[in-house]
Amino acid sequence: MCFINLISLRNSSSFQQNAQNAFKVRLSIKTALGDNAYAWDANEEYLFKAMVAFAMRRYSSKSTTQISDVLLCNVTDRVSFWFVVTDSSQNMTAVPGSVVEAAIRMNRNRINSAFLLSDKTLQFLKITSTLSPPVEPSTPVWLIVFGVVLCLIVAGIVFLVVAGIQQRKKKNKESTERENLEEKGEVTVTVENGIPCEALDLKAGHINGVFAADDERFTSL
Amino acid sequence: LSVPPEIPKEDGRPKWDNKFQYILSCIGFAVGLGNVWRFPYLCQIHGGGAFLIPYFIALLFEGIPLLHLELALGQCLRKGSIGAWNTISPYLGGVGIGSWMVSVLVSLYYNTVLTWVMWYFTNSFQEPLPWSVCPLNENRTGLNKECYESTAVNYFWYRKTLNITPDVTETGTLQWWLILCLATCWAIVYLCTIRGIETTGKAIYVTAIFPYLVLTIFLIHGLTLPGATDGLVYLFTPNLNTLKNPRVWLDAATQIFFSLSLAFGGLIAFSSYNPPKNDCEKDAVTVAIVNSVTSLYASIPVFSVLGFKATTGYWDCLDRNIINVINEFDLPEESIVRQNYTAWISYLNSSHPEKIAGLKLKSCDLQEFLDQSVSGTGLAFIIFTQAIILMPGSQAWAILFFVMLFSLGLSSMFGNIEGVFTPLLELRIISKSIPKELLSGIICLISFLITLCFTLGSGSYWIDIFDSYAGSVPLLVIAFFEVIGVAYVYKMKRFSKDVKWMTGRKPNLYWQITWRFISPLLLLIVFVAFVTLQIQKPASYAAWNPKYEGFPMKEEKVYPPWVLAICVLLAVLPCVFVPLVALFHLIKRMCRNKEPSFVAPEVFSCQGSNS
Repeated sequence: MCFINLISLRNSSSFQQNAQNAFKVRLSIKTALGDNAYAWDANEEYLFKAMVAFAMRRYSSKSTTQISDVLLCNVTDRVSFWFVVTDSSQNMTAVPGSVVEAAIRMNRNRINSAFLLSDKTLQFLKITSTLSPPVEPSTPVWLIVFGVVLCLIVAGIVFLVVAGIQQRKKKNKESTERENLEEKGEVTVTVENGIPCEALDLKAGHINGVFAADDERFTSL
Repeated sequence: LSVPPEIPKEDGRPKWDNKFQYILSCIGFAVGLGNVWRFPYLCQIHGGGAFLIPYFIALLFEGIPLLHLELALGQCLRKGSIGAWNTISPYLGGVGIGSWMVSVLVSLYYNTVLTWVMWYFTNSFQEPLPWSVCPLNENRTGLNKECYESTAVNYFWYRKTLNITPDVTETGTLQWWLILCLATCWAIVYLCTIRGIETTGKAIYVTAIFPYLVLTIFLIHGLTLPGATDGLVYLFTPNLNTLKNPRVWLDAATQIFFSLSLAFGGLIAFSSYNPPKNDCEKDAVTVAIVNSVTSLYASIPVFSVLGFKATTGYWDCLDRNIINVINEFDLPEESIVRQNYTAWISYLNSSHPEKIAGLKLKSCDLQEFLDQSVSGTGLAFIIFTQAIILMPGSQAWAILFFVMLFSLGLSSMFGNIEGVFTPLLELRIISKSIPKELLSGIICLISFLITLCFTLGSGSYWIDIFDSYAGSVPLLVIAFFEVIGVAYVYKMKRFSKDVKWMTGRKPNLYWQITWRFISPLLLLIVFVAFVTLQIQKPASYAAWNPKYEGFPMKEEKVYPPWVLAICVLLAVLPCVFVPLVALFHLIKRMCRNKEPSFVAPEVFSCQGSNS
């Protein structure tokens, strides 16, 4: 690891300690921005160092992290690299990983937006992001829809039942009215053979169904 | 002389407003959920285009003759199933009762399926769709475990909708959201069937025509999706070798039979409201052909969407592998794309085989994704919902899809309810003064209370049981006795004369041969084969058990003996009425024969009842 070269020059921290305090970062710029992707160059690295220093300072007011305290290493084409934060006041030892992790976590949003990326496209491999809960409206939407549907149906049923009752009442009233009128002798319905003309199907008077129905009984000519 | 104030209907029986309403009702009854989620599946697993051959043979020799028989019967006798069979011969009264019983059982569980559709429909108005994301676990550190191990869609179906228990014996609790949706569904059924065919006749215009509109929209959209052609090619490529397997012929025969909704008594009820002089032969052929064409038409959008889903799954698999490789070797982004993936992998395998092996890359095969075939509720609520998430504008597609499923199911429910309602109206048990609205309300209320048990945690297991046992074997038995009853008890000569009186021409040789010999024989063979196949394997079911080692695969469990007893009861109960009623009348006649005042019952004739 290139950190060993950098740090071991200043003090003799063990390799294991450094491994714990270093973090791998992976960026997926093309996936996030497509055609608007920027190229990863030394300026972007400078911005990254600045953001990490900003995060450290914001996390702990006592922190005096400088941009030069953040060391980047092993930048690949992917784009991925390792970084570690050193403490210049303490003879260039690495700041404990837990502190760095907490600082990054607290300022994740700011770091993401500086690079126009998100939690998924700017990954700190050891730092899991707290998942934001899905947006839950106060009343579940489905209850609202359900309420609307149910109201419509109940309205329909009530309408049909009431219409049916009214129709039946009208029928009863008409039949009693008819009977009353007949009793008074005022009905002017033309009657033939005791059957009112309207009830007769007049065609039936012309065609006698008994003889015309059964063609088979007539012998063919 | 007391005079009726209005022209009475010929025999006081309600009528269809016009012929189109009647045809649409029959088509709506026949075209149901099975056309969308069973036929495409059968086509796929039985050799694609080659399945159409046994399907059309079964249609010709089993479907159309039986359909014509039922429509002619109802039209001639002008009664529901119980009254009709009692009129043909008192010994065959059991056939009518069996039909009625099956209609009752099927109505009960069919409406619960509609409940699930309604639940999904009401949930389709959210952004994002609730089945597209996994909820977080209690301490918000990660996704819910059950959801994470299976998929979000599976989790929403099994946990959020059904809240399924791991075993059929564990009943679980009543799910209040399902109870609400169930109440709504029964209220909708009540609203549409409140006055019998007067109201269903109006509702059918919407529920029968709307699915075709939506299918067309899905067809157009589906064909534009990437991977649709793969799905369609996969579906329709004929593989004639499958025809050697007798299972294919059995599936074709049962599919035609169940798809046309024969032996429910609903078709008899529908045609009993027809004017007696109506061409039932043309109607039968029309309904059967429309049903089959609808199945074919529906399979095109279904398979376009399935092809799209398989392609997307395949691309996702490739993309995951690509990201893993890029991250491992720190290659620049977009250096490996889907097209040069295999070239890169072989190059890297030769240079760094241990690293590649360490990554444990999944092998991505498009054929494997296409092979994942599902039928039934799995197709609609898991596969299709997953595909809908991938489409832009998923809310609109979800809403359209579920309203279509609801209409398809509702129009079939009308037929089922008519099969229950019409015989009840004719039985002299119910007094004439009870208004129809009250009777249908009572039926819907009682059904709602009974179907509450399907909203329990184990409800979906019970629905599978009802579907496999109550909705299959009894229908075959009843249909067999229907054909035998008409051909040999009522006598084919009399029936041909009746049909001639109704349609104006004598049924030709095709009908004579199929009614007398081919259809009964075919039904017998199908029945024996079906029962043999059922008996051979022990009755088992697939349970969703999060604690199972192989989770998210389902756990195969065997039904306990008491559940098996219920299965057998469901299958046997409708059939047992046929011999019971025949026996009852035989004993009654033997007792009556001893009395000197025995009068032979009148010989019934179709024309006689109407002149």
